[in-house]
Amino acid sequence: MTQGLTLEEVREFVEKSLSSKIPRSVVEELISVLSRYLDKLTIEDLMKIVKSVEEEYNENLVDPGEPVGIVTAQSIGEPSTQMTLRTFHYAGVRELNVTLGLPRLIELVDAKKVPSTPLTYVYLEEPYKYDRDKAMEIARKIELTRVANVVSRVDIDLVANAIILSLDPDMLRDKGVDVDTVIQVLRKSIKKADIAVNQENPYEVVIQYKEPINPLKAEKIRDRILNTKLKGIKGINKVIIQRRGNEYVLVCEGSNLRELMDVEGVDHRKIRTNNIKEVEEVLGIEAARTLLIEEIANVLEEQGLEVDIRHIMLVADMMTRTGSVKQIGRHGIAGSKESPLARASFEVTVKNLADAAVRGGVDNLKGVAESVIVGNYAPIGTAIVKLVYNPYIKVE
Amino acid sequence: MTVTEEEKIVSMIKFGILSPEEIRKMSVVEVKSTETYDEDGLPVPHSVMDPHLGAIDPGHICPVCGNSIKGCPGHFGHIELALPVINVIFIKYIYDVLRAVCANCGRLKLPQKDIERGLKYYRKLNERHPYLARRFSEYIKKRAIKTTVCPHCGYKQPKLKLTKPITIEEYNEETRSYIRLNPLVIRSRLEKIPNEDVELLGFDPQESRPEWMILTVLPIPPIAIRPSIMIETGIRSEDDLTHKLVDIVRTNERLKEHIVAGAPQIIIDDLWELLQYHVTTYLDNEVPGFPPAKHRSGRPLKTLAQRLKGKEGRFRGNLSGKRVDFSARTVISPDPYISINEVGVSVEVAMKLTVPEKVTEWNIEELRKCVINGPYKWPGANYVVTPDGRRIDLRYVKDRKSLAESLAPGYIVERHIRNGDIALFNRQPSLHRMSIMGHIVKVLPGRTFRLHLAVCPPYNADFDGDEMNLHIPQTEDARAEARELLKVQYHILTPRYGGVIIGGLQDYISGAYLLTVKTTLLTKEDVMELLSSAGVVKELPEPAILSPRELWTGKQIVSLFIPPDFNYHGKASISAGHLKCEDIECFWDSYVVVRTGKLLMGVLDKKSIGAEQQDSFFYFLVKEYGADFAVNFIDSVFRMFIRILEKKGFTLRLDDVAIPEKAKNEIIQMLMESFKKVQEYVDQYVKGVLEVVPGRTAEESLEIKILEILAEARDKAGEIAVGYLDPFNHAFIMARTGARGNVLNLTQMAATLGQMTVRGERIWRGYMGRPLPHFSVNDLGPIARGFIVNSFYSGLSPTEMFMHAAGGREGLVDTAVRTSQSGYMQRRLINALMDLYVEYDYTVRDSSGSIIQFLYGEDGADPAKAPHGKPINVERIVERVIGWKL
Repeated sequence: MTQGLTLEEVREFVEKSLSSKIPRSVVEELISVLSRYLDKLTIEDLMKIVKSVEEEYNENLVDPGEPVGIVTAQSIGEPSTQMTLRTFHYAGVRELNVTLGLPRLIELVDAKKVPSTPLTYVYLEEPYKYDRDKAMEIARKIELTRVANVVSRVDIDLVANAIILSLDPDMLRDKGVDVDTVIQVLRKSIKKADIAVNQENPYEVVIQYKEPINPLKAEKIRDRILNTKLKGIKGINKVIIQRRGNEYVLVCEGSNLRELMDVEGVDHRKIRTNNIKEVEEVLGIEAARTLLIEEIANVLEEQGLEVDIRHIMLVADMMTRTGSVKQIGRHGIAGSKESPLARASFEVTVKNLADAAVRGGVDNLKGVAESVIVGNYAPIGTAIVKLVYNPYIKVE
Repeated sequence: MTVTEEEKIVSMIKFGILSPEEIRKMSVVEVKSTETYDEDGLPVPHSVMDPHLGAIDPGHICPVCGNSIKGCPGHFGHIELALPVINVIFIKYIYDVLRAVCANCGRLKLPQKDIERGLKYYRKLNERHPYLARRFSEYIKKRAIKTTVCPHCGYKQPKLKLTKPITIEEYNEETRSYIRLNPLVIRSRLEKIPNEDVELLGFDPQESRPEWMILTVLPIPPIAIRPSIMIETGIRSEDDLTHKLVDIVRTNERLKEHIVAGAPQIIIDDLWELLQYHVTTYLDNEVPGFPPAKHRSGRPLKTLAQRLKGKEGRFRGNLSGKRVDFSARTVISPDPYISINEVGVSVEVAMKLTVPEKVTEWNIEELRKCVINGPYKWPGANYVVTPDGRRIDLRYVKDRKSLAESLAPGYIVERHIRNGDIALFNRQPSLHRMSIMGHIVKVLPGRTFRLHLAVCPPYNADFDGDEMNLHIPQTEDARAEARELLKVQYHILTPRYGGVIIGGLQDYISGAYLLTVKTTLLTKEDVMELLSSAGVVKELPEPAILSPRELWTGKQIVSLFIPPDFNYHGKASISAGHLKCEDIECFWDSYVVVRTGKLLMGVLDKKSIGAEQQDSFFYFLVKEYGADFAVNFIDSVFRMFIRILEKKGFTLRLDDVAIPEKAKNEIIQMLMESFKKVQEYVDQYVKGVLEVVPGRTAEESLEIKILEILAEARDKAGEIAVGYLDPFNHAFIMARTGARGNVLNLTQMAATLGQMTVRGERIWRGYMGRPLPHFSVNDLGPIARGFIVNSFYSGLSPTEMFMHAAGGREGLVDTAVRTSQSGYMQRRLINALMDLYVEYDYTVRDSSGSIIQFLYGEDGADPAKAPHGKPINVERIVERVIGWKL
């Protein structure tokens, strides 16, 4: 047996004979697989392989007319009946709850503005990446810290006209805040009071109001103080540091892409959130599409349900094709169909009919639902064929 | 108007609002009589039951079109309303138009220039992008509403207000209050709007002038859509619509009289309002703010809008989905001796379902026999259709022999279904296309539908009382499609992920294991018996053992059915734990190797022949040798698997999950240790020194830790118990091969049930600080929070039984809630995606021809044929050419 071919020869041959006929990814894969067998490969084998690759690809192509939409809907809908409803699951992060399973899937196809459990994975850049302390630094910087987070006790003294905050030294250290910053922030937000540290206890902040506190409003005042932002980014409620391989990643509850990407030390190329609408606004529709595909695939895979990626891609394409993320349902794709009959047969029947009447709407009966209603063949599958053979016509 | 036989295809539907003139034009009678029937029970002319509205009684001839009940389509009448009323359905549009338009001159409240320019733009937009045109007119409307002074006549616009159901009020500067606009005023305002302005507001002035949204003439629908029903006592019960129409006529007539008599305005207004109420509820009986019109019994009436709405409404219930003939439904039961392509149909059912068959020279004798057999003897026929279109019901034919003689080409015989006919078989819920598949009819005794066990997974069927539906396609086109596209064999590969959805399950897998396991040696008689059960005659290979007796291995027998050029290697299901094997070097026989059509090593089990398995032995057989081969394989080899089980005997008994005393003690000891650890954590928690998981409270941390320990404890208990089980213990074989059950099930039967959970938490709800009164308050120990020490074998204690029930109920509730949610999601998905198809150029398009994807799935591959999201399996092709040369 003659000893094999070189990689270059193989590459050249494969490229020449296949690159115009089959997708790039397959060509690459074939070459990489072949490279493992170089020593055994003969030119005859190579020709045989190339031929059967081409044949098999043509064999595996979709049939024109295939109702891919319906197949897709079924392929996602059918396994979803087998999903567990358990909303909360630990997705690697024991500290955070993540919505998964059917509720998350519904949330995705609903194109909800904010997911019920928004999450952001913040990857870090060089100096911060491998150092836990430096990662911690960023985590402290971005985590939204309110006064409530560092206070252990609030007293409202109506006689002395003061509100006394007892700060928790442990929490202060944990959040990286000192008493001075608390006082400064409070001074900025509260204009009508003197703020100072209690002389006897360095962890007690006294907010001395000039005017008497209205007892009825005391609750409100307290809440406003507690909700005052000390530092961090709006929306990032909790940050957890996680080790992945040899680098540290910040997992944040909540999302705020625009501001997070601006933070020094954050790798803006790798940052990732599960908030589709936000990605659409910040990074654009293509990014939203990609994220949508990944999120849906992720939900299905986590439940151990295999669904071909093509189906998920079709759903995502349909949702994003107008340039903005549209919901699957009456306020999105189904609601913006041209055909009044198709809309009426889905939801809000009477309203859609009235609308069609007012506008003098026309239904061209091109879609599936309309065709079924009037009793025509639906233009899908075998019915897209318009060529009919007439055996009675004589050919000269 | 006569009914013609001509077939027409609907190509377009245009919507619009009927104008009063149109309503009068299409009306055949003006309705003004409040009485519906006279003393003789005859319908009163000019009443809502006027005979001109269409023939409904058999034998009556319609005075308008001259047809009998069969041909008369029904005709509309009309009521001349004494005073106009608002059509509720359009109230929102009326309000919007009124606000967008000047109250004085009736022009759209935008400068003339803007109107002209906007109209030009709107018309252009409407041609290509109707959706955008709609948004544009929406914008125009908003702008016009905001304008407070009319740019045409300079009139200052009074404020308008829409109060609840249908009252539009106008602010009066003088009285400083809102004054109600009556429909007459509204109508006169709407009439003033010129066509161009109307068009810019999104109306189509030809089909829907805004003033037509105020009713002056009400069409009366034909009786055919509101038939009265006779109760046995002979009392006539009218349809809800008729009741409502009578109310309208009565109020209208009274109003007319009062107007003629010159009654005071208050009385007229009252009656006018009543008329408005009746017309409103006639159109829609669920208008918020109006009490629904009730039937005498107190049941709300079902009026026009209610007829269209919802799941059982006209659209979803009668237009998108219809009831069908030629169908049957009954209980299903299994039959391993029919093909997967077949369905067993009982004789009773076969005598009701028919296929129309044209008489030709070649089938005339056969069909004559059918006609002679008649409707009550299978295989017979139920109807004969003569060439002139007459249907003869064979039930009432006395002399079927002479009818059979008179058959000639051109007749159609509706004969009973018989073996070889195609049928569609379906089980609800029809969640994917494999829920309706084509089967070949096989008429069998018994009263159930019989199906092959291997087709249970796609239907998701079992035999605990499931029922299924059978449909017989009636046209040649339908039958051809059913045979070529719908047959079970074409659905072995699912389009969901391109794997086999039909394959071995349960006993087939146990059988495959027992046949191919090393210890099975078969005598010549055994082999013959097996092969005969597979229904094949084949030359036997050389026996594996020649002396003292000729013996064959099960692998040799299976190899007889594998094509000689087939190669495969992969892990078996039993490759787990200490039997784990990763490659060909496998001592435990848990790595399957097939070379040139010979099963050399490994046992066949779920991973190789199971349904819903990927890249399995069976998958490659199907993929590379086609559907026909696969059917053959299932119909022959799978039967052998069953036969070997029958030969060896395979059951599950109580002893199979019994473990020795020693094992029990071991388990108890291990559990006690875990309990001790739990107690330690509880103590720590109580003292407040428990290490907290970051981001959690102490309580949550404790629960997480306890759950971890106890889950681990159960797994350990399982390991111990399984370790004591005989490897050929039937329950254990089933779990290992993947036939049924898993190690967890075995653990629960033999060792311990483990922790019961509700919503992922230990059970704590019930009493204050304890789930059941048998425990002390705030006992955080395992037993008090739903850990079940006993096994199903040893039996549960009373408290354990309640804990188990609580956990079990969650599962039931879960399923019930989930099905409705996922069902709705699927309906929405289908609705959003149903119009998409692949064009000949491999683009994905919707019904309007817009491109959704330029190449389907970015590579044009069919997910049913493409493995693992890749268009082809490169690895296997290369291996096929190079790898197996060795």
